[in-house]
Amino acid sequence: MTTPVLEVNDLKTRFHTQDGVVHAVNGVSFKLNRGEFLGVVGESGSGKSVTMMSLLRLIPMPPGVIESGTAIFDGSDLLSMDIEDLRSVRGGRIGFIFQDPLTSLNPVLTIGFQIEEALRIHTSIPEKERPKKAQELLELVGIPAAKQRLRNYPHELSGGMRQRVMIAMSLACSPQVIIADEPTTALDVTIQAQIIEIVRDLREQLGTAVIWITHDLGVIAGLADRVIVMYGGQIVEEAPVRPLYKTPLHPYTEGLLGSVPRVDQKGSKLVNIKGQPPNLYQEPESCSFAPRCPYAFDRCRQENPPLIERSPGRRVACFWDLERNTEYDPGNRARLEVVEGDG
Amino acid sequence: MTVEAVSETPAPVPAREVLGGVRGLKKHFPIHQGVFRRQVGAVKAIDGVDFDIFRGETLGLVGESGSGKSTTGRTILQLEKATAGSVTFEGTELTTLSTEKMRKLRPRMQMVFQDPHASLNPRMTVGSIIAEPLREHGVATGDERRQRVEELLSLVGLEAKHANRYPHEFSGGQRQRIGIARAIALNPDFIVCDEPIAALDVSIQAQVVNLLEDLQDVLGLTYLFISHDLSMVRHIADRVAVMYLGKIMELAPQEEMYAKPKHPYTQALLSAVPVPDPDVEENRRRVILEGDIPSPANPPSGCVFSTRCPMVQEKCRVDVPAFRELEPGHWVACHFAE
Repeated sequence: MTTPVLEVNDLKTRFHTQDGVVHAVNGVSFKLNRGEFLGVVGESGSGKSVTMMSLLRLIPMPPGVIESGTAIFDGSDLLSMDIEDLRSVRGGRIGFIFQDPLTSLNPVLTIGFQIEEALRIHTSIPEKERPKKAQELLELVGIPAAKQRLRNYPHELSGGMRQRVMIAMSLACSPQVIIADEPTTALDVTIQAQIIEIVRDLREQLGTAVIWITHDLGVIAGLADRVIVMYGGQIVEEAPVRPLYKTPLHPYTEGLLGSVPRVDQKGSKLVNIKGQPPNLYQEPESCSFAPRCPYAFDRCRQENPPLIERSPGRRVACFWDLERNTEYDPGNRARLEVVEGDG
Repeated sequence: MTVEAVSETPAPVPAREVLGGVRGLKKHFPIHQGVFRRQVGAVKAIDGVDFDIFRGETLGLVGESGSGKSTTGRTILQLEKATAGSVTFEGTELTTLSTEKMRKLRPRMQMVFQDPHASLNPRMTVGSIIAEPLREHGVATGDERRQRVEELLSLVGLEAKHANRYPHEFSGGQRQRIGIARAIALNPDFIVCDEPIAALDVSIQAQVVNLLEDLQDVLGLTYLFISHDLSMVRHIADRVAVMYLGKIMELAPQEEMYAKPKHPYTQALLSAVPVPDPDVEENRRRVILEGDIPSPANPPSGCVFSTRCPMVQEKCRVDVPAFRELEPGHWVACHFAE
């Protein structure tokens, strides 16, 4: 197997707020292999963003606290390393692309200045060559008239162009890992298609490992090698991309796939995942999906199922098929319909 | 689409009753500049739109941001005053109706808004929010009103005890249910759903869409379902209209639109939507459009899509394509579609 470039173990992040402790990330462990494209899927509050932000200690502390865990990147632990050393990792060896480029770009500085800033801090490229390198980066992400664009301010660009600039910036220092947090969510669908196309091309060219966070199962279906599904601050399922979509093992993944309509076929009624997302003020002591799960039985309400490897690369946190020793049967999907009802 | 073209009426499918429609509808927002606030231009949010809505159907109105789909919904309900054109509802012309007469018609047509946080008054209880239309239009009083509120709450999947709570105590999906209860309080015929699920989580979207479908069956509602989510529109709509820069590019029954899109924009739009299936994604051929949507304050001459169209010809930059009916019920605004 390939060597992991990033290995996260038992990450726990909490936020101490006035209303109580928010258990945002509850023991997350995963690996990212070199050059791999990892999709992370979850709804709001599932902990997908906080997990990735915690790795680079980008969450506001306080109120945020990283209670436990290690994140081994290139042999050193991101969570315990000196903050100065971490700075050289952030934006250098690990790039970050945020959802909203307008809030992540500085409005009073030109695009060119901001890209050159990254080059100045993280690379040894001499000052004279930086404008040329910045221009090359913009060309790489398909921005027309790149040289003129360098003199533009962020507000002079459209949303899609701004996101391209963000991608160019994250690539500036040839990172080993890029973490993209819902990079296309704020964009129109035709612009999203442009960005996906660019990312697909760049991946083949550069071989950078990518973690792509999204709530849209469609976006990563054609991009990811492997997918992690998060719920209530935990990983509930992890699988290579095809098995995950074809034969989801966790009831939440199964419900999620059934609840989204497809543009390429007219389906029947959408699967209703009844109820509401979990309350994160309580420490999860049982399966956090149990209150919404059509298969839940007593054990699910008493214990928190561990994430167990079922087959190579495939981990699931669910008692249902473990207890019953049932093989997954796609026809079983019908069972979900039985419990339709509004939450 | 020329003004001449608008006089052509989309042929109603037999045995379907037209509930309402728009003809040559325009909404321009003026741009003022300078010391004297002179009008220097206009944002052409809607620039000549024609369609009918049949009783009991769901008409999906899709488009990207800035296409004018929300303004169309608001102008139909007379929440915006139309710049030109007509809006009819059961044969009554709405654009010239007096405020008083319009007010009498309002109970028949309602709206569900996108943002369930902004559209519910935080200082009112859920009960009084839902009762407000009843109170405004003097429909029910006292116990009768309270009963009606309870009935509405249970229709949208909430409980009677929720009437005494405030909006902040509810999640986004539940708030959207409250907004829906308010919209159906006066037994409307027609509801404009303006991106009703855009602000909700994926698993909650399905709940709300299923609720809208159930209510349609039970109450015989007609929906104008405005959305940028082409997958969801395929799921819920009977007919679909695709808007771009204030104009309708294509209008067709749902199955035809998704199986055989005729307009190059619709084709590109549909191919851009990702499908949650790795095998399908691998073999799909995408039409990637170049560039961005032009500004509606300064739309391109000729066909508004000509600046991004992969099949653009000289004619497209000069002549505005007519909105033609190529097959029964399938309308396209493109010179070369066939």
